[in-house]
Amino acid sequence: MKLLRVIAPGPRTTVQDSGRRHFQKHGLAEGGAADRHAFLWANKLLDNDLNAACLEITLGGFEAEALAHVSIALTGADTRPRINGIAVAMWQTLQLTPGDRLSMTSAASGRYCYLAIRGGLQAPTLFGSATVVVREQFDELRPLARGDTLTGFDTSPAKPARMPVADRPIYGAPLKLRLIPGYQYSQFSQTDRARFLSSEYRVSTQSDRMGFKLEGAALQDPPPGIVSEGIALGSVQVPGDGDPIVLLKDRQTIGGYPKLGTLCALDCYRLAQAQPGQAVGFEVSDIATTQNERMLFESMFRNTHWNKCGDGLAW
Amino acid sequence: MISCVSDDSILIRLGESIDPDLTARIAALCIAIESQHSAWVTDVVPSYTTVLVSYDPSMIDFRRARQALVPLLHSSTEAGTVAPARSGTVHEIPVYYAPESGPDLQNLAYNKSLSVAKVIQYHTAVTYQVFAIGFLPGFGFLGSVAEAIATPRRQSPRKQVPAGSVGIANQQTAIYPKASPGGWQLIGRSPVTMFDVDGLSRLKVGDGVRFHAVSRSEYLNLGGTL
Repeated sequence: MKLLRVIAPGPRTTVQDSGRRHFQKHGLAEGGAADRHAFLWANKLLDNDLNAACLEITLGGFEAEALAHVSIALTGADTRPRINGIAVAMWQTLQLTPGDRLSMTSAASGRYCYLAIRGGLQAPTLFGSATVVVREQFDELRPLARGDTLTGFDTSPAKPARMPVADRPIYGAPLKLRLIPGYQYSQFSQTDRARFLSSEYRVSTQSDRMGFKLEGAALQDPPPGIVSEGIALGSVQVPGDGDPIVLLKDRQTIGGYPKLGTLCALDCYRLAQAQPGQAVGFEVSDIATTQNERMLFESMFRNTHWNKCGDGLAW
Repeated sequence: MISCVSDDSILIRLGESIDPDLTARIAALCIAIESQHSAWVTDVVPSYTTVLVSYDPSMIDFRRARQALVPLLHSSTEAGTVAPARSGTVHEIPVYYAPESGPDLQNLAYNKSLSVAKVIQYHTAVTYQVFAIGFLPGFGFLGSVAEAIATPRRQSPRKQVPAGSVGIANQQTAIYPKASPGGWQLIGRSPVTMFDVDGLSRLKVGDGVRFHAVSRSEYLNLGGTL
């Protein structure tokens, strides 16, 4: 059934879910929501399947008209949403009735805003996922355009729910990201390793779903290119110019630049929300720590339910 | 060597330099990993000397995942347990080699002091091996190109390389599965579909590829476009 008509897609809006599995050997990107934290919260608020397809709205500017009764949730970048011109809150369920107009400004903080629809968006899937990786140019998977109609499965109202305010991320705050040293870490000079871990970087304007470039303390003497190898999420690669690039969901599957290691997945989600110019620093961590944290994070979404008031989760 | 490189992936390194014999082992190892550990393995990315194995950290932690991979790596290094090199399919790929389909063909021949016919002869004489898939869906890195026609990438990449273009970069050759920016030296074009959404990548790591020259009309009859 038809739920929403797109009036303005903003700079770029794509359908995203958890991404693909088992297709990187064909040269296909992993894809999936750039910020899995905000993505999962959007679905959780509506009691959706956690992999349900959502809209990923880059930097806001999105506008749509409701064509049916539809429950939605907005999470991620603060896009100052309004319904019929009246400001509404993010990180909670919202109810639209036919004719309602949902609008957003450009993102005040954060980069990716997630719009989840009760029951999930009905979207074309390829390679086991609805993720849209724009650079792959598949006709079936395109960014949203003005006039597109979004369809879904469910018009029953969602139970009201809102994320505890204390748990909501503050995207503008300086980031300390955790590096798991690995790959070619030992081939970087001691000076460059120290430089990377002690310097403050700024997120470059050359940042997107494929990777985030960091500027401010270029490494002086990165090792030469390597025999191409598989690139894990969060890999910190350093090309000849010395500016580190953190590779995210739409990264190429293999590559030949040397890598200092990887950022833990949870910190990749945080970095994805950083706007150009934001300060970023690094510290060393280890897999035992970050994997535990990540398992708790995933398990929290899977194994909790909303309390009666809809303002907290219970295990 | 097996190392945990991120909180959901493990890198298996089987060698340090490009070696055709390694590729057969890598292909066999990938099949073993995917078939024996399908419950938690989420992706397997083979390349020249490595396999990157991604897993679901909700299903297994890094210690047990690593432990489970060790015996597979060991059995793949024991003699006789893996198929010999080029056990995979050998793909016959028709190519229309001409200046109108390969804009760098004449220049390459000139720089190498060869005739165009000789360049084609060198390019079609070898059964190449698929070392890796990447860059674009279905883009296979094939090697090794004869030293006589090996040539570096173009100084400035082209904004648009047509689909089917056959290029050379150093000792590698490849077919562009779809139109894309690219810096490889283009010597011809193939009408063969290298990737489609149902059949996925035509080439797999470990497969063989042989090129043969076809005429303009054969190329067009096979569905090629100019």
